[in-house]
Amino acid sequence: MSFIEISHLKKSFGPNTVVHDFNLSIEKGEFISFLGPSGCGKTTILRMIAGFETASSGSIRVGGAEMTNLPPAKRNVGMVFQAYALFPNLTVAGNIGFGLKIAGKDKGEIDARVAEMLELIKLPELGDRYPYQLSGGQQQRVALARALAIKPQVLLLDEPLSALDAKIRVSLREEIRSLQRELGITTVFVTHDQEEALSISDRIVVMNQGHADQIGTPSEIYNNPATRFVASFVGTLNLLEARVVDPATGRVSIDGQPVVTKRDMSAFGIADEAIVALRPEALILGAGDDDRNTLTGTVEEVAFLGAVIRVRVRLREARVSLDIFNDPTLDLPKIGMAASVSFKKEDLLIIASH
Amino acid sequence: MKSNRLGHWLAILIGTLYFLVPLAATFEFSLRKVRGIYSFEAYRVVLADPQFQASFSFSVALAVVTIVFGMAIIVPMAYFVELRLRKLRPFIEFVTLLPLVVPAIVIVFGYLRLYNSSSLLPLTNSSLGTNFLLICGYVTLALPYMYRSIETGLRSIDVRTLTEAAESLGASSGTIIWRIILPNIRSAMLSGAFLTFAIVIGEFTFASLLNRPAFGPYLQLIGANRAYEPAALAVMAFMITWACMGIIQVVSRNTAAARH
Amino acid sequence: MVSNASPASLPRPRVPWAVVGVTPFMIFAVLFLILPTLFLVVGAFQDVSGSFTLANLGKLWTPTILSSYWISIKVSVASAVMGAVIGAFIAYAAVSGGLPRWIRPTVMTFSGVASQFAGVPLAFAFLATLGRQGLVTIFLSFLGLNIYAQGFNLLSFWGLTLTYLYFQIPLMVLIVSPAIEGIKKEWREAATILGASNWQYWRHIAGPVLLPSFLGATLLLFANAFGAIATAYALTGSSLNIVTILLYAQIRGDVLHDQNLGYAIAFGMIVITGLSNLCYILLRVRSERWLK
Repeated sequence: MSFIEISHLKKSFGPNTVVHDFNLSIEKGEFISFLGPSGCGKTTILRMIAGFETASSGSIRVGGAEMTNLPPAKRNVGMVFQAYALFPNLTVAGNIGFGLKIAGKDKGEIDARVAEMLELIKLPELGDRYPYQLSGGQQQRVALARALAIKPQVLLLDEPLSALDAKIRVSLREEIRSLQRELGITTVFVTHDQEEALSISDRIVVMNQGHADQIGTPSEIYNNPATRFVASFVGTLNLLEARVVDPATGRVSIDGQPVVTKRDMSAFGIADEAIVALRPEALILGAGDDDRNTLTGTVEEVAFLGAVIRVRVRLREARVSLDIFNDPTLDLPKIGMAASVSFKKEDLLIIASH
Repeated sequence: MKSNRLGHWLAILIGTLYFLVPLAATFEFSLRKVRGIYSFEAYRVVLADPQFQASFSFSVALAVVTIVFGMAIIVPMAYFVELRLRKLRPFIEFVTLLPLVVPAIVIVFGYLRLYNSSSLLPLTNSSLGTNFLLICGYVTLALPYMYRSIETGLRSIDVRTLTEAAESLGASSGTIIWRIILPNIRSAMLSGAFLTFAIVIGEFTFASLLNRPAFGPYLQLIGANRAYEPAALAVMAFMITWACMGIIQVVSRNTAAARH
Repeated sequence: MVSNASPASLPRPRVPWAVVGVTPFMIFAVLFLILPTLFLVVGAFQDVSGSFTLANLGKLWTPTILSSYWISIKVSVASAVMGAVIGAFIAYAAVSGGLPRWIRPTVMTFSGVASQFAGVPLAFAFLATLGRQGLVTIFLSFLGLNIYAQGFNLLSFWGLTLTYLYFQIPLMVLIVSPAIEGIKKEWREAATILGASNWQYWRHIAGPVLLPSFLGATLLLFANAFGAIATAYALTGSSLNIVTILLYAQIRGDVLHDQNLGYAIAFGMIVITGLSNLCYILLRVRSERWLK
């Protein structure tokens, strides 16, 4: 049995059901991300694990113990909020030690634990400061320390990085991940940022309208999106309409141009509509050999993004975007130029259209 | 949680009772003038009283002049302080809060000593001068409220950018204030104006000590000599306050709606 | 605008519009706010011939004057503290009490009206409510409770305090609501998940965070009541010896037969309201620092 077992969890607010029959097992020490747009139910599930929302039905078990109806104060869970939520009237040390003080620990023990936590978040000098004297990144690290100080069995992170500047966001997420590994704490992380989820997680739950569309490792999610929603939400993807020519040999036509896929097409019949997907980085400019598919069209736009250059090619009706690595010696394609793009047969993803 | 909410309802209920019971009582009392039946006799008597009409219209005129005069000196000040003279802000904050610190009766006491008949500027010698003094007093009373609402209005629009944009199109300072700034803070000015009206209309201390025949001293006089008419007057005063506050609500809500 | 025939090499001087715009207000503030106040403050330290003395302030220590200050302070403290407590409860219930959404704007609107309903009409309203013939008095006597026989009198300390509460409570609601809005719901959640009970949350977090705003607002209510006169005068005539009524009588007829003593009384009032406003500002700075 897994460390956290969420089974048949459901949550309704009045007539609106925001979480439908949600099931998930989380192993001890695992880092799980809930990824999805706002309103998809990811935060609601997190808040049900914390105990701030009561489930309409279903159950949550942690370490074999039933948690579903336990008040938040009794769950021994740590939580970090989006807007830091540090107590403004307490110092950094007061904030970190709050949970221990409430638990009635003696002062020496609290001080020792606070010092240890300050060391852990690399702010050993700032114990006497007040939250308003700290930067956003520092505040969020203190909030992390406060959540961890009580040695919770689960750590819940509710979009903890989204209020921060882009650079701090990246460095803090790396810090969170290494801290989590070091402590081996089971962590649930909620985010709407796919890059964040991909970079930090053991597994990702992609949420869509109260359902888990797909649960898998970052590479499974990225390389084999189960639904059109997952495909479009994770990464920049070319989604194209295609017509199945021969499911047995994997022949399909995109915008009237014949291509072949190595993916399993057995679910389709001849002349069925299908949605296919191509990642920008899987495409290269220029015609390919027999192992590759080639599409032709005209260059419509060239955008310089720094490390990569994104080129948009118009086929007949459809458009595809592709990324080429920046290289100063490169001859950039010109707008209006005729162009071919090619890709490996296994890179053509078939998305079950529903 | 549920029992908590009961307590909250209770707090609201107590507040509502404290608000409504005196109003209901006053209204009931005002109807008792004719023994044995309820009638609007007290209202009729009050409204027919020439002194009521005179003092009330005098106070309305005072309020209007106070609003115009107050706006005329406060709006340009607030605009230029926001635009160019930010250094002055602490001083302005202090001055505009002063009327909340120095009680009205102390200010009018100062006026009487500073501008009496034997002083350098004997404003109290003529009724025109005294009226002017009274208006100045009312402007000081209204100053914290007028300044606050205008300042809020100016802050909610980007005064600097608007001014620079207008200047780059060749507008003069006067044009900018009149054509750009004023229309944009109209609702803030209206709020300040109606609040001022509510404060000035029944004001007692200044008018009484400066001996002007305003509505406040008239109210006090009736209160000392009649039984039921004061209640009728209180109901009417309350309705005026309500009207002013209601207009402020409507004005600010319309602005908020327009901004969205 | 007449431009002087200045040498062509010099640019035409620009009209300093900002200064022109600010000047009328400055003149007004000096003439009608600062000078009158200063005049009294200086006068409080002068004798009849104009030389410096502390005698005027010394004369404040007479039983009549001291007791008038004392009654004023009592009424102001009682109405401020009661108004603050009741007003804070109402504000909390309206802002974060989980009540239907229409409650809050409604409470704010009614508070705006009630906080401005002061002065002479308020006295009339309470005479009609709790006076000898007032509706509530009569209603209570139907229930067998004759409040006047029990020693209640509207023209007294308690009567005035109850009357002042009519504007003090809504004023508190208006002043303290922003601070209550500043209380983030995540603080409660963070405290709860760290194991705190509702009481511990209030004791360690919400209480300390709100305290400066609450005390500051109480001080503002105090100053508000302390300087008021119209309601008291219309309610009690000159039967209740509060300091504003004493000063009023002094201005009207020099009842103390000593003009400079009047200045001293005014000065004493400025000191009291000034101190409480100063503390209010200091407390507000503190709470805004936290809540920003």
